[in-house]
Order: sequence, then structure tokens, then C-alpha cells
Amino acid sequence: MSKPSKKLSLNKKHNLTGWVFLAPGALLILFMSFVPMARALILSFKTGVGADMRFAGTFNYTRMFKDAVFVQSIKNTFFYLIIQVPIMLIFALILASILNNKDLRFKGLFRTMIFLPCATSLVAYAVIFRTLFANNGIINLVLVKLGILSAPYSFLTNMWSARIVIIIALLWRWTGYNMVFYLAGLQNIEYSIYEAAKIDGASPVQSFFRITVPLLKPTILLTAIMSTNGTLQLFDESVNLTDGGPANASITMSHYIYNMSFKYVPNFGYAAAMSFLILILVAILAFLQMKVGDKRD
Amino acid sequence: MKKKALSLLLASAMVAAMLTGCGDSSNSAGSTAGNDSTTQDNSAAADNNTADNSAAADNTTSGGGSLTVWCWDPAFNMNAMYEAEKVYQQDHPDFSLNVIETPWEDVQTKVTTAASSGDLSTLPDIFLMQDNAFQKNVISFPSVCVDLTNSGIDFSKFAAGKTGYSVVDGKNYGVPFDNGAVVGCYRTDVLEEAGLTVDDFTDITWDEYIENGKKILEATGKPIVSCQAGECDLIMMMLQSAGSSLFNEDGSANIVDNDTLKIVMETYKELKDTGVLVEVNSWDEYVGSFVSGDVAGTINGCWILASIQTAEDQAGNWAITNMPSLVGASNATNYSNNGGSSWAVTSNCQDTALAFDFLASTFAGSTELYDNILPSGALATWAPAGDSSAYGVGNDFFGGDAVSAKIVEYSTKVPSNITGVYYYEARDAVATAITNYINGSDIDAELKTAEETVNFNMGQ
Repeated sequence: MSKPSKKLSLNKKHNLTGWVFLAPGALLILFMSFVPMARALILSFKTGVGADMRFAGTFNYTRMFKDAVFVQSIKNTFFYLIIQVPIMLIFALILASILNNKDLRFKGLFRTMIFLPCATSLVAYAVIFRTLFANNGIINLVLVKLGILSAPYSFLTNMWSARIVIIIALLWRWTGYNMVFYLAGLQNIEYSIYEAAKIDGASPVQSFFRITVPLLKPTILLTAIMSTNGTLQLFDESVNLTDGGPANASITMSHYIYNMSFKYVPNFGYAAAMSFLILILVAILAFLQMKVGDKRD
Repeated sequence: MKKKALSLLLASAMVAAMLTGCGDSSNSAGSTAGNDSTTQDNSAAADNNTADNSAAADNTTSGGGSLTVWCWDPAFNMNAMYEAEKVYQQDHPDFSLNVIETPWEDVQTKVTTAASSGDLSTLPDIFLMQDNAFQKNVISFPSVCVDLTNSGIDFSKFAAGKTGYSVVDGKNYGVPFDNGAVVGCYRTDVLEEAGLTVDDFTDITWDEYIENGKKILEATGKPIVSCQAGECDLIMMMLQSAGSSLFNEDGSANIVDNDTLKIVMETYKELKDTGVLVEVNSWDEYVGSFVSGDVAGTINGCWILASIQTAEDQAGNWAITNMPSLVGASNATNYSNNGGSSWAVTSNCQDTALAFDFLASTFAGSTELYDNILPSGALATWAPAGDSSAYGVGNDFFGGDAVSAKIVEYSTKVPSNITGVYYYEARDAVATAITNYINGSDIDAELKTAEETVNFNMGQ
């Protein structure tokens, strides 16, 4: 056993061990993720009904921009992105700095409560929000009883209110998740910095903007990219909460891609092409965010 | 050193386990990744309705007097299959059925996946398919369903409008199962408060319906009908009641020039504007609206009776009749259809002779079966079953009315329509048009957009 190992240098031996440990995971990722991705790319250049596909060049890619429903779904998704992600990240940051306070009592309880929505299933919470905002749901009941509304308002059948309900649902579901990242980031900021700022006469607001935000920048960048990615692939909320309605006012790109594959006459080539557009959009946005947000050399 | 050797051994064991694990779980799926597209293309090319694809070797469900079936409702179509098994076992004691509960959405997803990957071995022998999806699936995936035209099943005994859903190019691909004849259901006690009876809702037009609805709204504050926003079930029922479809015979969209559709949309808007109709957001809210008594009735396929009868406290207070007819539409009738499904035999079935004989001697040949499943609300579309005495028995929930016989009678009067391959696309486009029209858009512009959307989807 000791003989052949002598022939390998220590460095080579370490490398070999590393590769052996990497191999199973890498192979699985290769066959489970990258091979299907490559096949999907080939598929996106084909067109046809069901299993009868033929090559059509970039037909699918030019076609999608003439598709009124798909263009609408892009607009909807970007609406969610632009409104929801900033609000959510700001909320998460504020909550994290409040909960990071050393003197706060029941910290663990509050942290758990705010993180808890993340433990619920996407479908379950979407269905619950649908029930909450139903015509005879609790939100309408409270608003009518308080005299704010004279009759129940149909939140999910009006264009803007349906979109806003989705945003509220997303905020409820994901704020705690991002807060945990910020809390973890805050653990790495030395408390003495805050004490020093306090002695120098900095207010809590000043220390938040001058200390917390700059030092958390890498974490903020991470959460921004993850949220952008997640929002562009939004699916469950659109399907279960509003079913894309009313009149496609809240349908997301992924929901439309699903319809194209499984509800309508299956057109996998076109669906794959639309999926690649999402990939390109995510890549561009992540690149921009990294350029803007990351000033490390 | 020993430790390192051990860890190396463990790591390589892990790799081996993972790779073999990969291969085991899906012997054909694993190989496609390695051999690029060759294996898939081969099997896709070879599937000219022949049942013997290479990957089916590990399928143990077929043959040996046993069949696997996918359907979705334990109280309804699954129950029907169990009853059919009992009927068939009388002559074939060795026969057994393996019924797997699979929601329709899952059936569609699985069929699409199996057919587009070319590996049909995951499919059962028989599955239930929504009538509205039949044309789409048979035309998109010609390899999935077996042609039943010469299978010995007598299709002439079924209602013609019903078999039409599963006929493609003159060939039968489905054995009709349940009836979707439209019924108007009303709370007689609520109607009474407004001085009306169910006779005031029988053989009427939508104009009369709206007038009656207003009276009820005034007297009780209750709308007369509810429906799901964005789902145009009621629209499709109204359309078919006048024999109109969203497609022409040649498969082209029939939306802009469809005068009946325009009348339907105007009627729907009036229903909504007068408050006679209330829109809800989801299916459970829809069922809740009439079960809880907030809404005084509903109009839907006769399978809705199963949901209505869950409101046991309202027993004896419900009555059924036909639906209102459109005003100003040629060929307007008081009858329509919504939903319903048919049995299909897949190419993965190893013993098609058994499957054919099973269907021919149960769903297409046994009044006993249809009598047994009647209590669950499964109404036959097989004509001989309607003559059975079981259909004349009164139902106490509906005031002792012979509901079953009534529905079978309605079903014979339903005008047939064309679902077309692009049914769901057209349906969604029209639903969008109606939502926008109700919110104040111009009807002609919306119909034009809807037709463009459908044409866009067809142009691939």
C-alpha cells in the first residue's frame, strides 16, 4: 500500500483525493443538469406539435416577441420584480438590524416567527392567501365590519389588486428568508464598531446607513441576485393564487411556459425557447447587479 | 495511510453506488444521457401505433388477466371501474384490475412526458381522458392511443354528440363514460320567497332568467347563479346550447364572425351587471357559494349534483330543470353539455384483446354496471342503460324527482359542437376577452384580439 503512494508527490496525492471527492457530485450535476440544459437548447431551435418536431432555426426566438400573452407575462414579471424585491430587501434589512440588538428580549422567538413563513409550502400559502382575499374571506370581512368598504371588494378579479395581492403574498413569504442572510452577515460585524460610533455621537439611523449597510454589501448583493432570480421564475403564486387572471393581468413567464407545455397543445420547442429567454434575463440582471454592487477588486 | 486508503475506498464506493443507482432507476432515461439522442430518436421513430416498444420489458402490470387503469375520482370514475371489475369477474374469475388514482392534470402531464420522450412504458393500459382534451392528445401524440374502431365495441349505442369528442379522422379512440348534460339547479325554498317556482325557470330564455333573477335578488338579496372568474364554463355551455363552437369544421378559429358568441358575451355581461350572477375566484369558493346557501342556484354539467348533495341540510329544497336559451341566436335550445370523459386504451397495453373485451362487456355492454354506478351520479351515455328501471327512481334530495331519467332525456337533445385541437387556447383567449369586455372594452376589438391569439397559437 505504501509503495505506489511514494511515487506520487504530496501535492498530486492531495489533488487526486480532491478530484475523487468531487467526482460523484460533479458527474451527477453534469448528467442531471447540464446535459438536459444542452438538450433543451437544441429543443428550443425545433418546432412542431407534440412529439413531431423539426428544426426551425431561430423561429421560436423571433416568434415569442410577437406573442401578446408572453409579452404581457414579461411585463407582469418585471412589475413584481421592480416593486417587490426592493421593498422586501429593505424590510428584511430593517428587521435584521432590529433583531440584532443585543438588549432585545425574546430575540429567538421573534426571529423564529419572522422566518416561519419560509417553512410553509409554496402551494399551501398561495391557497391560504387566495382564501384570505376571497369575496367572503377574512380581509373583506374585516374591512366591511370596520366600515372601510360598504360591500366586499373582489381583490382577485381586479387587475391591480390581484397584482398587489401577489406582491403582499411574496413579501410575507420571503422577507424572513432574506432577513436570515442579513442576520448572519451582521454577526460578522464587530459590535465594538457600533459602540465606537455611539461614543462619537452617531444616532442609530446614522450607524445603520454608515456602518451596517456598507459592511453588509456582499450579503445585500447576494440576496438581490437570489431574489431577482427567484422572481423571474415565479410560478406557484401565479398558478395557485390568481391563476394568471384576471385576463392574464398577473400571469408570470413560467406560468405561461407551463401552459404552453401541458395545458395547451404541447409546443416544447417554443416553451424551451422562452425558458432560455428567462435564463438570459437572469444572467444580464445578475451581471448588472454585480457590476453596480460589488466594488471589491 | 490506512485512513486514506479507507477514505479512497469509500469515495469510490460512493461513485459506483451513485452511478449504478442512476442506471437502475431509469434504464432508458440513463442511457439517453450517455448515447446522446440516438436511443430516443429510434424509439420515437418506431412508434407507429405498435404496442411493442423495447422499454416495455419491465412492465409487469400487463397480461395475466390484469389491467392497469388511471382515473381520478374515488367516489365517481374510480368507483365505476371497481364496479366494472366486479361485473367482468362474473365471467372471468381470474381477471383483476389495478386502479391508480391520478388527477386529470397529472394524467395529462404524464401522457405528455411519456409521449414526447418516446418511452411509453410508464403508461397504464387504460386511462380516462377529458373529452375536451381528446382531440388535442390524439393529434399531438398519435402514438399514445390505440384505434378502437375495429375492437368489437359497438359505438352506435352511444349518444352521437358524446362519441364525437373521441373520433379523429373517422376513427374511434375512446369509449364514452360519463354524461355532462347541463342542468339548471335551483333552491325551491328561495324561489318561493320571491313567489316563483321551478316551472318559471323551465324552457325559458336568458331574458326571462334575468327578470326572475332580479325578483329573487330583490326579495332575498341572493344572486341566482355564481361562476368562477376567468374560467368560461358558462360561456361554453351557452355557446354549445345554440350549436355554436369556437372553431369551424376545417379547424380554423370562429371567433370574430361568430354572432352567437357575441350574443353570449352580451348576455353574460348583463347577468353580471344586474347582479344576478356573482363571480368568485376559485372552484371551492364556487361550490361553497351554493352549498352555503349564499347563491340560490347554479347551472353546470349534471356531475355538479354530487357537490350539491353534500349540503344535506338542504335536502328536499333543490330542483333541477333545463338551462335558459339564448335570445336572438339561430338554433337556440335549452340543452348543452359541460365536461365528461372517455376511456382510452394506450399503446403500452400488452393485451389489447383483453382491454377491448373488458370495455366491450362493461362500459359498452352492461346495464348492470350502469345501474350499480347510478347512485354515485355516473349517468350513462350508453343508450340501453337509460331504459333501465333504475333510472326512473325518484331522488328525495330533489323532491322525489326522477332526476336520472330527466338528465338522460336532456343529453339526447344536446347540440353537438366542435372542440378542435386548440380548445384550451381558444377558451382562455375568449375568457380574457370577456373579462376585458366586462371592464368596459369594446366587444369587437376584444374578439379580434382573441382570434389573433388563437391564430398565433396555431401558427407554429
